[in-house]
Amino acid sequence: MSYIRAEHLTKQYGSGDAAVMAIRGMSFEIQMGEFVAVMGESGSGKSTLLSVLGALNTPTAGNYVVDGLEVYDLGQDQRADFRREFLGFVFQSFHLVTYLTILENVMLPLATVKMSSKKKRALAEDALLLVGLNGKSHRLPGQISGGEQERVAIARAIVNEPPLLLADEPSGNLDTKTSREVMDLLQTLNEEGMTIVMVTHSPECAGYARRMLRISDGVLVEDIPLNGKDRYLECWSNGAVE
Amino acid sequence: MTLKDIALRNLRRRKAKAAFVLAGLLIAVSTAVGLLGLIEAMNRDIQLKLEEYGANILILPKTENLSLTYGGLSLGGVSFEMQEIRQADLGRVKSIKNAANVAAMGPTVLGTVEVNDRKVLLAGVDFQAVKILKPWWKVGGTVPSEYDVLLGAEAARILNLNAGDYLKINGSKLQVSGVLAPTGSQDDQLVFTPLGTAQSLLNKQGLVSMVEVAALCNACPIEAMVSQISRALPSTKVMAIQQVVQGRMETLAHFKKFSYGISLVLVLVGSLVVLVTMMGSVRERTAEIGIFRAMGFRRSHVMQIVLMEAGILSALAGIMGYLVGFGTTKAALPFFTGSNGMEVIFDPILAAGAFAVAVIMGLASSIYPALLAARIDPADALRAL
Repeated sequence: MSYIRAEHLTKQYGSGDAAVMAIRGMSFEIQMGEFVAVMGESGSGKSTLLSVLGALNTPTAGNYVVDGLEVYDLGQDQRADFRREFLGFVFQSFHLVTYLTILENVMLPLATVKMSSKKKRALAEDALLLVGLNGKSHRLPGQISGGEQERVAIARAIVNEPPLLLADEPSGNLDTKTSREVMDLLQTLNEEGMTIVMVTHSPECAGYARRMLRISDGVLVEDIPLNGKDRYLECWSNGAVE
Repeated sequence: MTLKDIALRNLRRRKAKAAFVLAGLLIAVSTAVGLLGLIEAMNRDIQLKLEEYGANILILPKTENLSLTYGGLSLGGVSFEMQEIRQADLGRVKSIKNAANVAAMGPTVLGTVEVNDRKVLLAGVDFQAVKILKPWWKVGGTVPSEYDVLLGAEAARILNLNAGDYLKINGSKLQVSGVLAPTGSQDDQLVFTPLGTAQSLLNKQGLVSMVEVAALCNACPIEAMVSQISRALPSTKVMAIQQVVQGRMETLAHFKKFSYGISLVLVLVGSLVVLVTMMGSVRERTAEIGIFRAMGFRRSHVMQIVLMEAGILSALAGIMGYLVGFGTTKAALPFFTGSNGMEVIFDPILAAGAFAVAVIMGLASSIYPALLAARIDPADALRAL
């Protein structure tokens, strides 16, 4: 049985003449531990799809099931609980809370969890260690580089050990070297068993995934397997993905 | 990291907004505390004055004649018969229901005598009772003993007598033991002796012309006491001297209502300041709230953060507002009342009330912004980033 099942997902914004179909009857399945890249041009519906998969955006039609749970049948509070327990988000612009320290940002998903402060701190420090930022935990986001901010965002996304990580253009604002480091990190997490769905414009980044969903005008037009890092390295050296 | 930590960190980051909310609440609370504190101080002062007022009940002989004096002016030397009060009957006052409220009772016998060929009014009084009944009396010399007299300031001037001089009343030689400092009342015109001496000189043994009663009147039932004394002494006319005090109390009651009105307006304005500022703050934080929601914060968690921020500021404003209001009242009291020793004292009920009003006001005004924050669609918030 698939871990994630999307059936005829449709999302329409507005109504009448102003109606925009962001997703049109999209269906696919994702197995536990997969690393899936979602690609497509700007406005193709990638980010809308990600927000639907993130239980943030109720689809106009269709079903979305995770681990046997019909996500959009849940109430608002249960959906929030689902996001906390099942999902980790990595945003393109990091979206760290500027007035919280690095450590506090990472602890944020645990703020509503009944757990001792000591335990929360320990989990956050472990996550920071995993992304290689354990020495800067008391700095503010504005005091570290973009690459480091992305790492903090990843640490925050994994601190509650979610089975599914959703990443929106995780290397969109990073230089090539930092981008490679971030993608390496995501690949490591995937190898440790985390299911990852990543929206990206970059064929280089998509090359890290084991499967690619290509979207055009809200329709899933291509669903192909990739070879993972080998393919990425090949693409990186050639400067393009076929 | 808890929701409280997020609220505290946010307040620390948005210092100007926090200060604005704090100022709005603080001004409202401190002004209300100041006004109410001032009223309380004035109220206490009036009650204190009432107790220091001296006699506030007069017992007079009953008469069927009308007074022929007006504004201190006696018309035509007309005398009318008046049945005096028997001194022995006064003991009955001690048996009235509110006898405990009687602080002092001063029987006075009055009569006309001749001194140095001039007619003067002789008053026989109980000098022990006078100390309580007329605390404003200042005696130059000593209080008279049995064969001494005390002269009113005007009487001493007209009779050309000083302390130590002698005078004759109805054949008895008496020494002036002291002269009363001017009081601005009729007392300035009188010659005072102890009650027994005057009764003997006037040949009115066992009789008194009037009785002044000082009732401890901090919320004591003065009207009830008047009727109780009337019943105990049916042949007398008993009156309460309270018009002036009543007038002042009524003015104060009006001022109190006005102050409540002003306080209400200030509380409303303060609430509006909180509402507008908190709404602005929530709008500024749309993206941040989107992130919180994406991380699994429930709507109620977002509401808790906003209400916690408002609660922390309101509690601070409640404490500071009371202290500022208390200090302001203390500083402003002399300007309103003159330096007459009026005091502002710590009132735990007002302090608790100020705290409660500030917290309720802050939280009530933040409910709508908190709901607004909770209703932010995380997908919209994150799309806008």
